[in-house]
Amino acid sequence: MSTSASTTSVAAPAPTPSSQRPGTGFRWARLLRYLVVLAGVVVVLIPVYILVITSFKGIGDATPSRAWALPTTWTTENWTQAWDTLAPSILRSLQMVIPSTIISAVLGCMNGFVLSRWRFPGADIVFTLILFGMFLPYQAVMIPLMQMLLWAGVPNGVPSLILLHVVFGIPITTLIFRNYFESVPHELIESAKVDGAGMFRTFWHIGLPLAVPGFVVVLIWQFTNAWNDFLFAVFFSSPANGPVTLALNNLANGALLTNYGISMAGALLASLPTLVVYILLSKYFLAGLMQGSVKG
Amino acid sequence: MKGLLGRYGAPLLMILPSILLIGVFVYGLLGANFWTSMTDNHTAGQASGRKPVVFVGLSNYLDLLATEDFRHSLVNLVLFTVTFLVGALVVGFVWAWLLERPIVGGRAFQTVYLFPMAISFVASGVVWRWLLNSNQGESASGLNRLFQMIGLDSLQNPWWNNVTFGITAIALPAIWQLSGYVMALFLAGFRGVPEELREAARMDGASEWQVYRLVIFPQLTPVLMSAVVIIAHMSLKSFDLIMSISSPSAYQTKVPAVDMFVFKSSFDYANSAAVGAFLLIIIAFLIIPYLVQQHRSRTR
Repeated sequence: MSTSASTTSVAAPAPTPSSQRPGTGFRWARLLRYLVVLAGVVVVLIPVYILVITSFKGIGDATPSRAWALPTTWTTENWTQAWDTLAPSILRSLQMVIPSTIISAVLGCMNGFVLSRWRFPGADIVFTLILFGMFLPYQAVMIPLMQMLLWAGVPNGVPSLILLHVVFGIPITTLIFRNYFESVPHELIESAKVDGAGMFRTFWHIGLPLAVPGFVVVLIWQFTNAWNDFLFAVFFSSPANGPVTLALNNLANGALLTNYGISMAGALLASLPTLVVYILLSKYFLAGLMQGSVKG
Repeated sequence: MKGLLGRYGAPLLMILPSILLIGVFVYGLLGANFWTSMTDNHTAGQASGRKPVVFVGLSNYLDLLATEDFRHSLVNLVLFTVTFLVGALVVGFVWAWLLERPIVGGRAFQTVYLFPMAISFVASGVVWRWLLNSNQGESASGLNRLFQMIGLDSLQNPWWNNVTFGITAIALPAIWQLSGYVMALFLAGFRGVPEELREAARMDGASEWQVYRLVIFPQLTPVLMSAVVIIAHMSLKSFDLIMSISSPSAYQTKVPAVDMFVFKSSFDYANSAAVGAFLLIIIAFLIIPYLVQQHRSRTR
């Protein structure tokens, strides 16, 4: 999924409990609030319910009249088939996502350090020009991009996709690290500067260790973005050498007429890595969203 | 000069790889794309470079605008963006407002509202294609079947198969995925309003509603602006969801991003590049004022 965060100022969260004022309508208002919140939860979870129950249904069970009912018998057949179909592409997704995430995070950290703590004349212009890449509609560079990678001999599939996720990941990783370096105490780096330490030494010994929490945020963010990408996958790979999103789309189109259960199981399989990351690290996931939107 | 290099050489060296990459892959390729869009590169032979291309100026742009087909894509894009934007902003704002003050289980509710964002559009397309199945009556499944079950038969509709408004049905999954993000933005905005401001307004005898309307909501304007920019630019780029729910050849749901892919698949690189350029121009109207304003607030 292509998502990007903004650069607008949102003040830091300051969770102060509001004073609750008892009143006659207060209890009803609170009950109403709960009901609306719960209704929202039900609506959000409807697609999940459908994904799960359909993925465990046998072929005869997935008829329109029983569309919303639980499976009569629970079977893992769809899951086995989906796994057999998708496993190679899941492996390729990992091969693509892991290096591209790490490289673009390192580049973003270097840029963020320079743009925040070791500035040069015109640093803000450079930052703005890099940021524009975050909003770039990739359709507007796709044709010459294809020609260029062909000309340079970068093979389609994983190698092309690693390169593209690194390059087009630079704007968001730069933004997050720049804002991160703005938010940490400046004294350490400043005093190293005063002591006459060179920039590379300061970056290596002070900047990098300081940036570890920033890395967690950026790695999660880039992992999710690259894993969920479909646009570059369609243009620069085929189902035979592409990532899981492409294979899943292929599977869903093929299974459309015969059995929805396989594609539902496939959709869940393809989403598991990002869902696990989200559930285990939701604190950092949220921090990523917020840091992308907190102005330095 | 030497002094400047000594002073700024190291930081420039450190950022140089990224400047080069962004320079080539963003700005260089944008230039190349504008060039291709102004040639007669419409055939496979020209696409592969075996046959020469000729400069034709803006005629590809004008020809595209003259076709009913492409105008339909632009209308679809507007319909999709308006629905997606209004839907995600309203739902996200209401959720943030509901969860703004402490509530038992608030954290869990936030997690649920936000989780669809971790899923790819392709994966959510799989289940939404099922939910938005256009069959009605006996053979209905998906939401149409649900409507029958709860006695709202009249709500059954062909969803994305409606020629005029079908595209707005595809905005539903987009709203489902991004409302949580809008909520998170607004929640941060709500929490940025100092408690003293609220207290002061209450001291002055303002009702709870007046506190919100006169004190808190006005403070959320910057958040609203960035939410609009983020959602609108995502919406203008939308491709994955449409491809996975509908199909690239489906007239009723086509948008410029899909046209670009279809032109490319038939080796009409000039029109493909021109459609991409149209998207860039539309997004630039939204993004450039925003980036300029951000840049000013940084340097101020």
